[in-house]
Amino acid sequence: MANIQELTQLASQIRRDTLRMVHGCKSGHPGGSLGCADFLTALYFEVMHHDRSFKMDGVGEDVFFLSNGHISPVFYSVLARSGYFPVDELKTFRKLNTRLQGHPTTAEHLPGVRIASGSLGQGLSVAAGAALTKKLNNDDKIVYALMGDGEIEEGQNWEALMFAAHHKIDNLIVTIDSNGQQIDGSTNDVAGIDGKNIEAKVRAFGWEILNMNGNDLQSIVDTMAKAKSMTGKGKPIFIIMKTEMGFPIDFMVGSHKWHGISPSDAELESALQQLPSTLVDY
Amino acid sequence: MKTYEVQNIKDTRSGFGAGLHELGKSNPNVVALCADLIGSLKMDAFQKDFPERFFQVGIAEANMIGVAAGLTIGGKIPFTGTFANFSTGRVYDQIRQSVAYSNKNVKICASHAGLTLGEDGATHQILEDIGLMKMLPNMTVINPCDYNQTKAATIAIANHVGPVYLRFGRPAVANFTDANSFQIGKALMINEGTDVSIFATGHLVWKAIEAGHILAANGISAEIINIHTIKPLDEKAVMDSVRKTRCVVTAEEHQMNGGLGDSICQLLARNFPTPVEMVAVNDSFGESGTPDELMKKYHLDTPDVVDAVMRVLKRK
Repeated sequence: MANIQELTQLASQIRRDTLRMVHGCKSGHPGGSLGCADFLTALYFEVMHHDRSFKMDGVGEDVFFLSNGHISPVFYSVLARSGYFPVDELKTFRKLNTRLQGHPTTAEHLPGVRIASGSLGQGLSVAAGAALTKKLNNDDKIVYALMGDGEIEEGQNWEALMFAAHHKIDNLIVTIDSNGQQIDGSTNDVAGIDGKNIEAKVRAFGWEILNMNGNDLQSIVDTMAKAKSMTGKGKPIFIIMKTEMGFPIDFMVGSHKWHGISPSDAELESALQQLPSTLVDY
Repeated sequence: MKTYEVQNIKDTRSGFGAGLHELGKSNPNVVALCADLIGSLKMDAFQKDFPERFFQVGIAEANMIGVAAGLTIGGKIPFTGTFANFSTGRVYDQIRQSVAYSNKNVKICASHAGLTLGEDGATHQILEDIGLMKMLPNMTVINPCDYNQTKAATIAIANHVGPVYLRFGRPAVANFTDANSFQIGKALMINEGTDVSIFATGHLVWKAIEAGHILAANGISAEIINIHTIKPLDEKAVMDSVRKTRCVVTAEEHQMNGGLGDSICQLLARNFPTPVEMVAVNDSFGESGTPDELMKKYHLDTPDVVDAVMRVLKRK
């Protein structure tokens, strides 16, 4: 039984980490990171069975792939707070000689990262391949992936959606961060896509569809449990996760302005006042 | 000039198919993916005997590369198969990020490379693939010359941990190498000589041998070395030969920019500046025609190797 209060506290600390990391190097992507903080917190602290000692092959454990690699600050914070590497290392984010590269990579051997991502549209294919290997290995654990909604404009995703359904990759749960925003504006303005028509398109490709509120931990925990119960039934599972970019910071929420810029000193101070520190800051 | 017995006339892609099938039997971690070209890539036997380890990806090469990268996580050794053009240029960023930068144990196996693809024309005749692949850190690039060598290379790369680009071709060509002579990164001495070093790769190795006989008849002693592994280049083999002959001809079915000749020129410029002539396609696309017609028109034929040797000897 999930302790929602505990997850809420963790997510608050992870958001603090995220903003301080971006502020610390004056670069990075806070908007999508804040929006996905609840999801990644729930995934790593409640949903997945994973081994913090980290083995690249991930045999006998659930594995996760981050396709929208630009939300690296929240991913790194979740990994560190899960025990994959020292929390203190978060202060090296995006700085010279760091293992915490601007976008996640395996090149620096950061525990918890299994593939480089950042150039968009590639994570779904990788996750499908890893899920196939689990099947070949008779490994009954699950492969999870997170992607952005703007990212679905990349054609490779549609190849992967077709492939996973055709090959009945039913140990794969993909979540899309449906915040409706991308660099040049709303996903609707840029490419005519929104949560509703993404749902229709992906369903037409042969996937099971679920919806959840990505900024409500109870909704995430319940939906992920339901998704898990739907695995092994011949279809891959796709979750449309409604989030707000920048959630819950009052001057960031819902605006794509915060996709890829750092808060000023005053903005950071104001944001941190809205996020209680529940563990010790790094 | 050493004489090589032609064991038979066979396509290099069939060597790939045979090697892959053998791997299917010997290594349970080997899996294969194909983008709707099973017959062309000679992957039929693997598909028939190991269907649970074979994945038809359809005409979706970007996804194929990503799926292959994912398959490595958990210990599989994926071999992807499609034409060289669709194995490289079409999926460069997928290879760069998900395979090379991520250092995944993916074997990118590419048929119908170069002009000898023939009648389909320049849309399919990639002449830039060696350059594209050799520029990627972590990537090993192999371009075998005949059936035996392609089969041996296919088997060898399964035991090499890391990304590999294996390039082969469509037409039936002389099959003459010793099946046991292949070793990744180790250049193969074809003929010891003293006047000129000919470094050839892929289909041009046999042309270089034919040229060697013509040169010998004219009193010229050509050292011919088969550079099947373009990266990492066997620098010692190249330098040992060049220190002896002091002039070089490179020969390949690829653009001059970015190919084997380019790698050798870089090595020599840094260590031992030497006259070089290059038999390669010079900043041009190909066109439709038979393989033989195209090799003649684009100056990749036996007389072109001879001419290049005559030119470089004058610059010595």
